[in-house]
Order: sequence, then structure tokens, then C-alpha cells
Amino acid sequence: MIPHEASQAGSGSIAVAVRNVTKIFPNGDTPTYALRDVSFEARCGELTMIVGPSGCGKTTLLSVICGTLAIDSGSIEVFGKNLGSMSPSEVTGFRSKNVGFIFQQFNLIPTLTVVENVSIPLILQGWNYRKAEEKAAAILKDVGLGERIRSFPKQLSGGQQQRVAISRALVHDPKLIICDEPTASLDAKTGHHALELLKRSACAPDRCVIVVTHDSRIFSFADWIAEMEDGRVVKSCRAAEYHHA
Amino acid sequence: MLRIALLMLFRDRAKYVMLIVGLTFCSLLMTQQSSVFCGLMLWTSATVRNIGAKVWVFDAKVEQVNEVIPLREIEVTRVRGIPGVEWAVPLYVGIEQARLSDGSFQNVQLVGLDTATFVGRPMQITKGRIEDLRMPDAVIIDQVGVDKFRKKGITIDIGTTFEINDKTARVVALCHANRSFLGQPYIYTTYDRALQFAKPQRKMMSCVLVEPKPGVSSKELAESISAIPGLRAFERDDLFWSTVWWYIKNTGIPISFGTVVLMGVIVGIAIAGQTFYLFILDNLRYLAALKAMGARMPILAAMVFLQSFSVGFVGFGLGVGLTSIFGYKVLKIEQPPFFMPWQVPAFVAVIIILICCFSAAIGLRQIAKLEPAVVFK
Repeated sequence: MIPHEASQAGSGSIAVAVRNVTKIFPNGDTPTYALRDVSFEARCGELTMIVGPSGCGKTTLLSVICGTLAIDSGSIEVFGKNLGSMSPSEVTGFRSKNVGFIFQQFNLIPTLTVVENVSIPLILQGWNYRKAEEKAAAILKDVGLGERIRSFPKQLSGGQQQRVAISRALVHDPKLIICDEPTASLDAKTGHHALELLKRSACAPDRCVIVVTHDSRIFSFADWIAEMEDGRVVKSCRAAEYHHA
Repeated sequence: MLRIALLMLFRDRAKYVMLIVGLTFCSLLMTQQSSVFCGLMLWTSATVRNIGAKVWVFDAKVEQVNEVIPLREIEVTRVRGIPGVEWAVPLYVGIEQARLSDGSFQNVQLVGLDTATFVGRPMQITKGRIEDLRMPDAVIIDQVGVDKFRKKGITIDIGTTFEINDKTARVVALCHANRSFLGQPYIYTTYDRALQFAKPQRKMMSCVLVEPKPGVSSKELAESISAIPGLRAFERDDLFWSTVWWYIKNTGIPISFGTVVLMGVIVGIAIAGQTFYLFILDNLRYLAALKAMGARMPILAAMVFLQSFSVGFVGFGLGVGLTSIFGYKVLKIEQPPFFMPWQVPAFVAVIIILICCFSAAIGLRQIAKLEPAVVFK
């Protein structure tokens, strides 16, 4: 395991602990090792980036951390809960309450308004529609979209859609935010603004943010960087040390 | 999440409209054709409903009301001798040829009522008096006849004369009667006069109409009468269903209508099923995102079934509504036949529910197979 020292920026407690995880995708006679004995930690109060070239296993690691993909061996603990010891239904419930997602393609439902999209995580937790939309509208106002809450996603620019996606990820106050290539669909300037917003609104002492990216322009927003290659974490260090290492 | 499901459906206008149109068409086709079929079956038993007697006695070989095998008039006396018979009267029913004043011919359904009692008289006299039937050459003609003759340029009213098998008939009243299967006008006269109008045969009486004594059930009395050799008695409802089933078994009508109804089902499955499947496929990545965000399969299943059933409900309502408008219009002109008992919409509702279940099931199959991790790909 590559150790992850406590960050001075946050509370420093371990939010995600991945230990010796292997994930194999059956591929005919030659199975593909997406993750090979991976160990990794992410801490509260930090923005951790998982970086590396395409096909190195970043997204697979993200998927197993949030419990959307089962592992073949090893263990994953998220806020002290071992995902492997939970039933699929319990994992789904855990994810619903504790994980916020920002997808590469945003995945905003095109037939729902911005505020309806953002309120979905709350509705999934049993909130009534009115209260869920009130809270969604408040968070949209915080990210500068207060005037666009009744717009449909296709009426927004890429940057605005990303802000909606960030709002949706944060609306139910999850402890873990998962971002998959958050700048892939954005130009450099908009991507920079999106990461600024994410850093400003998502990073909190009791929250862990994990970002998967291969966009080196946003590495500066990270507190901690884990580099992957060929299904393994080959380097894990403080962001400031990353370029010097 | 159910509200979210409905918003997703309603705001995808193109697919929503396509689904509604498909299910409306399917529902309309099934309801309209089933109702026309039921109406046609009602026409087959028009004589039973027009005459309205509780017990009907025929030759033992008769299976339905439109099949006349003449009886001897002595049979009336034999029937009257059966315990439980309040009264029994003869009835003549036959298809005769009427010659109109312009020389054209028209087949008519001649009904000869018991002269003394007029048992089996028309349900509704629209003009004139039933008692005038005792006048010489008197007949009563139904509205179908009036309309048919009008189309030939002949106005029928009280006093109009025409010929039935070369014998003069004079209209003394007009009536309303249920339309017969072949659409011939009903012409009522007395039993004795009907025998004069009809072509002579060795046996002339078509059947005997019987009223059971108070406290005697029609069914039991029919069974007692059927015990007489050479006779077969039907209770009114039995005769109605016996007639309907005879047409179902011995004609191609059910196959013809059944094929159209089946086409409605196939169209419904094809259009609604395929469109709904496309709707699910289009939304698959969003459903995967919902799965990743913590939507459990029962929630997603409820969303999909609600979407499917909501279009089914609207399509069914529109289909049945349009059929009712069609029925309202055609009932005014009495063609084509139309009768929509509650069983027809109930049957169509069941079919629509099955189509919705099928559509939802094929969509759900895709969702069930969906790994939430695909949202990261």
C-alpha cells in the first residue's frame, strides 16, 4: 500500500480505504486485469485526484469505490463501512445517502428542468417534491444559476450544465463526491471555473472529493494525487510533491 | 420518483404522442370491432327481442329463432295441455316478398300475431293504433321499412297499400322494432292474415308462444314442453343465446371480426411496445445514472410501469371515447350494428393492460441488465 499522510487542509481522517483490490473483466480466454492489487486511501477535507493515461483503470477504481462495480478480491472501506460485507441493496442505500456523483457527460435528464434534476438525490431519499425543489433551488442559487432553475439542460452551456451536475452531487450533503473526468466536456477556461467551484463548494472537513482525470491542467486543484498505470497505483503523494517526484 | 417518471414521459412529446396514438388506435380498433360484432349478434336475435315471449316452442330440430320448421296448429292445443301453461298462442314468422307501387320488390319479415290477443305486438307504435290491425288487409310496418321504401321513392304512411305475395296489404300503423339480421323490414299482421299472405304449405305455424303460470319458472316449463315428442321449447334468454351461438359456430363472422381484433392487439404491441422500448433505450444512460445515485430496482420498475400504464390509460380512454362517439352516430342511423356492453371495454382494458405489461417488461429487462457503472464509461 502506498501510504497517504494526513493532510493539513482537512480533518485528515481516512474516508476511503482501498486495500489490495483486484478487478478482472472476463474477456474470452484472456481475462483483463482492470485493477491489480490496488491499495489507495483518500481523506476527508481533501480533493484527491486519480490520474493516469486512458485505460489505466482510473474509472474502474472510481466505480469500485462507490460500489457500482463488484470487486474480485481485496476490500473497500468507505467511511468505515466495508462495502464487501454489505448486500447489494445496502450498498445502493449507502450510495444514495453518502455519495454524490458528477459524471463526465453530466447525465442530466433532458426532459427535466434544472431544479428537477438537482432535486433527484433528495427525492430518492424520500423528501417530498416541494421541499426537495426548494433545497435544489437554493443550491442552484449558490452556484449562480438561480435564474435558470426552470430551464432545461439543453438550454444551458456546457459550463452551466457542469454547475448543475455539481449542484446535484452536493444537494443531499453526501460525505463522498465522485467526479469522473469533470473537465472532459469543457473548454480549458470553463473547466478551470468548474474545478474552482467544485473546490470551493465541495471541499469540507467532513467530506472527501475524489476526481478522476487525465487533464493535467487541473492537477493544481488537487490536495493529493494518485497516479495509476496498467491497473496499479504507481505513485501517491501530495499534489505539491507530484511534479517534483 | 413517480412524478419524475411522469415528467420524463410527458415531456418527451414525440414518443408520448406516438404511444398514445398507437394505443388509442389499438383500443379503438378492438372496441369498435367488438361492439359491431356484438351489435351484429343482437341483430340475429331481433325476432326474440321484438316478440318478447317468455317461452318459445318450435319443431324439435330448430336450433335458433331464424330457422323456421313449420308446425301443425294442433301443437298449440298440446302445449296448452302442459301443466304450468297460463296461455299459448300461435305465431307466424316468415320472409315474404312485397311488391311496391312502382313495381319493385322488397323482402319483408312477416310476423303473424294471435288475432285475439296480439301477443308479440310491436314494442312501440309510433303512429296509428294496434287495434286497427283487425281491419281488412291491415298491416303495421316498422321504421326500417319506412326508411327502405323512402329510399326507393315511396312514402309509407297510414293508408298506403302494397302487395305481399300478390295480396293487398294496407298500412294501419307504424312501429319501431329492432332491426333484423338481414335488414328486412318487420311487417306485423294478424296470424290468420299472415297465413293468407304467405305461400301455402301443409304446415304453416312457425312456433307457439307460451306464458308460464305465476310461480312456474320459464326454464322448468320449457323443459316440460320439450318432453313432448317433436317439440323443443326455449326460455327467452336460452333462445337468444342459442341463436347467437349458432351464428358464432356456423358463420365466418367471429373469424372476420376476431382477425381485426387480433390485428388491433398486434398493432398495439408493435407500436406501443416498440415505441416504449425506444423510450427506455433513449433514457437508459439516465436510468443508469439514477441507479448509480441509489435508485433501487423496485423504484425503477414502478417508474417504468407507471409510464407504461399512464399511456395505456390515456390510450384506452381515447379509444373507448372515440368508439362511443362512433356508436352514438351510427345508432342514429342504425347501421352498422353497434352494441357496447360493459364486457367490451373490460376486455379491451385487459388487452391494453397486457400490452402495457409487455412493453414495460421488455424495457425493464434492459434496465435490470444495466450495470450502474456504465455511467462512468
